[in-house]
Amino acid sequence: MTASAVLFYLFGALALGSAIAMVLNVRNTVAAALSLVVTMIALAGVFVLLDAFLVGAIQIMVYAGAIVVLFLFVVMLLNLRTDLFPPGRSFLPKVLGVVAALCLLALLVPRIGAHLPAPALLPEGFGGFRTVGLALFTRYLLPLEVASLLLLAAIVGAVVLAKRRID
Amino acid sequence: MVPLSHVIWLSAALFTIGVIGALTRRNLIVILMSIELMLNAVNLSLVGFARVWGDLGGQVFVLMVIAVAAAEVAVGLGIVISLFRNRDSVNVEDVSLLKW
Amino acid sequence: MVEAARALPTLAATPSTLLRWIPLLPLIAAVVHGVMLGLLRRTLSRGAVIALSVGSVIASFLLSVVAFGQLIGLPEGQRAFVDDVYTWIGAGRFSAEMSFLLDPLSAVMILVVTGVGSLIHVYSVGYMDDDHRDDKGFQRFFCYLNLFTFSMLMLVLGDNLLVLFLGWEGVGLCSYLLIGFWYMDKWNAYCGSKAFIVNRIGDFGFLLGIFLLFSSLAAAGHPTVAFRDIAAAFPRIAEQTVQMPDLLGGGEWKLATLIGVLFFVGAMGKSAQIPLYVWLPDAMAGPTPVSALIHAATMVTAGVYMVCRLNFVYTAGPGAAALVAWIGGVTALFAATIAITQTDIKKVLAYSTVSQLGYMFVAAGCGAFSGAIFHLATHAFFKALLFLGAGSVILAMHHEQDVDKMGGLRKAIPITHWTFLVGVLAISGIPFFSGFFSKDEILLAAHGAEQIPGHEALWAIGLFTAGLTALYMFRLYFRTFHGSFRGTSEQLHHVHEPAQTVLVPLVVLAVLSAAGGLIGVPQVYGDILGVKNANSLAHFLAQVVGLHEAEVPQAEELRLAALAVLVASIGIALAWWLYVQAPSVPQRVRESVGWAYRLLFGKYYVDELYDMLFVNPLKWISENVFYKGVDAGLVDGVLVNGSANAVQAVAARALKYLQSGFAQSYLFFMVAGALAIVAWLVV
Repeated sequence: MTASAVLFYLFGALALGSAIAMVLNVRNTVAAALSLVVTMIALAGVFVLLDAFLVGAIQIMVYAGAIVVLFLFVVMLLNLRTDLFPPGRSFLPKVLGVVAALCLLALLVPRIGAHLPAPALLPEGFGGFRTVGLALFTRYLLPLEVASLLLLAAIVGAVVLAKRRID
Repeated sequence: MVPLSHVIWLSAALFTIGVIGALTRRNLIVILMSIELMLNAVNLSLVGFARVWGDLGGQVFVLMVIAVAAAEVAVGLGIVISLFRNRDSVNVEDVSLLKW
Repeated sequence: MVEAARALPTLAATPSTLLRWIPLLPLIAAVVHGVMLGLLRRTLSRGAVIALSVGSVIASFLLSVVAFGQLIGLPEGQRAFVDDVYTWIGAGRFSAEMSFLLDPLSAVMILVVTGVGSLIHVYSVGYMDDDHRDDKGFQRFFCYLNLFTFSMLMLVLGDNLLVLFLGWEGVGLCSYLLIGFWYMDKWNAYCGSKAFIVNRIGDFGFLLGIFLLFSSLAAAGHPTVAFRDIAAAFPRIAEQTVQMPDLLGGGEWKLATLIGVLFFVGAMGKSAQIPLYVWLPDAMAGPTPVSALIHAATMVTAGVYMVCRLNFVYTAGPGAAALVAWIGGVTALFAATIAITQTDIKKVLAYSTVSQLGYMFVAAGCGAFSGAIFHLATHAFFKALLFLGAGSVILAMHHEQDVDKMGGLRKAIPITHWTFLVGVLAISGIPFFSGFFSKDEILLAAHGAEQIPGHEALWAIGLFTAGLTALYMFRLYFRTFHGSFRGTSEQLHHVHEPAQTVLVPLVVLAVLSAAGGLIGVPQVYGDILGVKNANSLAHFLAQVVGLHEAEVPQAEELRLAALAVLVASIGIALAWWLYVQAPSVPQRVRESVGWAYRLLFGKYYVDELYDMLFVNPLKWISENVFYKGVDAGLVDGVLVNGSANAVQAVAARALKYLQSGFAQSYLFFMVAGALAIVAWLVV
């Protein structure tokens, strides 16, 4: 097994573990958020192993560094603690939901194994900053511009929503 | 490179964990975080396929997904804050007005 | 193997645009009245109504005379005008035009309809003016009357079966509207409904006849409903036979016979023959001009016209012709026996009409179609005269209709008296009045009709009924105009002759009743006087219905005529004795054969029988099965309410939980949906 394979399984296990930790962590919301950070960083590692260098860097900077931080801000702002189940609410829908999700997984997993293409030979600089950057500003220019518009709309929306009423 | 099927399995597992989290938790913020997890799982799958086919489009797509996720989180948390201000709770059971 | 018959060439007809105006003018008047009363809710002044309605019918009459004059101008055998207005139905090879045909038969009919119709319109001005209840009634009456005239003209002028049927239904409708004219009284409305419903039963047979005729012709390669084409193509199917289903007795019938029978069912309804005559006596609930026009002169004669128009069917189907003749004969006798007991002046005339219509069908069944039309015309004259005269008497007696309360009126209302007498003489068949010639032609035809089984018996029935006719008509006359007055002194004080507009038509009709017979004088008298072709009507109609020559020697014919006069005279003498000389005798007769009297006076209880057999069971089924069961139960309960309840049960009790407002449950459903799709794709 090559070093990259070992690293992949390592990062993969880490991601899975902290994801489960995030979902199962009922007591501490901040801990859940931090677990999410760990998941994201692990995934960034996996990205790099898959020759997606720019994407990995962006993952850490934007996703782990900004988005989850935003989550943490809100958690601390609202001073949230625990998320205990109150008595009386039925478990049945949740159990059903879990079962459905697992069934979905069970259906998909066996069939993924077959008929997958072999990895291609990569051109020089695949996944690096230069190539992806060039692709973004030539072939994929339109999605880029649309994404920036989307971010503008999001800014406006967030400001409007979070504003205090001017009394 | 690791066989693609392993990458996809990891992606599927992360996605399922995200779904379970979105269905099971009552805290709105945790639900949003689970949704982020789901998005990440998809990103992983996209990157895997981009690698296999040597197509940069997959990675560009991932960048778009990240941008969209950022926007969504911003607005979503803004909504959570407004909700908290009005009802003093971020329990998803307390915001069940989206009916008929 | 006999070769299939060839079709004859269709009679060629000259185009004309005059014909459409004959029915159109009364229609325009009716539409104007309808729009004014129905939509605009305004009434015209009396003068305007009269000018419009009466004027339109008189104009139609004048146009009919002009058209008749033009028709005579054409060479004999080719007398036909056609006015093709537009194509009404066009479907593949079949087309039915809205077109009018003027040939000798329809010419006679339109002259009778518009002529007698104009006189009755004029009469109505005076008669309905008495109806000071509301002004709208006056206009509404003339609206309906004009609509009726239009329908009747469509009926007789129609070039094909569909236009005829259109007019047929139209006159049925107008009959309903006019019988129930004073609809505030429920009884009148009931009588109107009865007339319409009984007519519809006949119409069912009529429609079946049309369908059978058309499908047979179409199968032979001539899909048409136009009369001239049917007449030409009929020989092709005249010899076909039909296998009747076992349900109806099995056996093989001639196609022509079956068609003839079906059409005659329609005639039974419209022309009040047994078993569908029950509506006509009750139709007397309508105003008297209505009884005169519709139930004496025009609508009820539509059946006779139809049979004569389709004479080739009856000639080819002797079974049907025999049925027509016998039903006509039996009806004539049956109605006459009822008439001798009735005391309502209009009811006597109604049964008399049923009886005289029977005579017309006897003639048609025996093949003397022109004889039937002749009697149709003379009957129109004298029966309209009698009805209008009765109306005048009713007006004078201030709406009293019971003959038992009249008497001795001949000095008080002389003109009415003398015209009424002329009518009574005509209907009784007294020589040289119109009824004499027409009735004799019928009796002669029956006597000589070898192809009808039992035709001698039929002739005897006709002869006996002639005697009865004289008896009950003169009974009516004597009771009304002779003897001493039996009403209140109050009524006697008010008796006076009605207005000019009422009297003038009476006089005109009296002249026609007296002299109208001259158009159809039998050849035997022509031979005596040295006139060739004395029976101008028969020769005129020969193009359409053929010439019927009764193979009876001259001496025989004169003997039969004398016999008929003798029988009529006996009837008159009997009436004189019973009702003038010895008024107590009828009372004693009634007492001694009380059961017979009650049977006749009660109209053989036929109405009660029909009620028991048909009307009440149907009403019961309607009420209980259809109303309570189907309508309230099934439609309302199960379909309407039930479906609403089902939706509510599903939605209100089950579906609403789907929209709980919990976002997580929505997400669950999304996941479940995705699972289902993936499972389906994968498995």
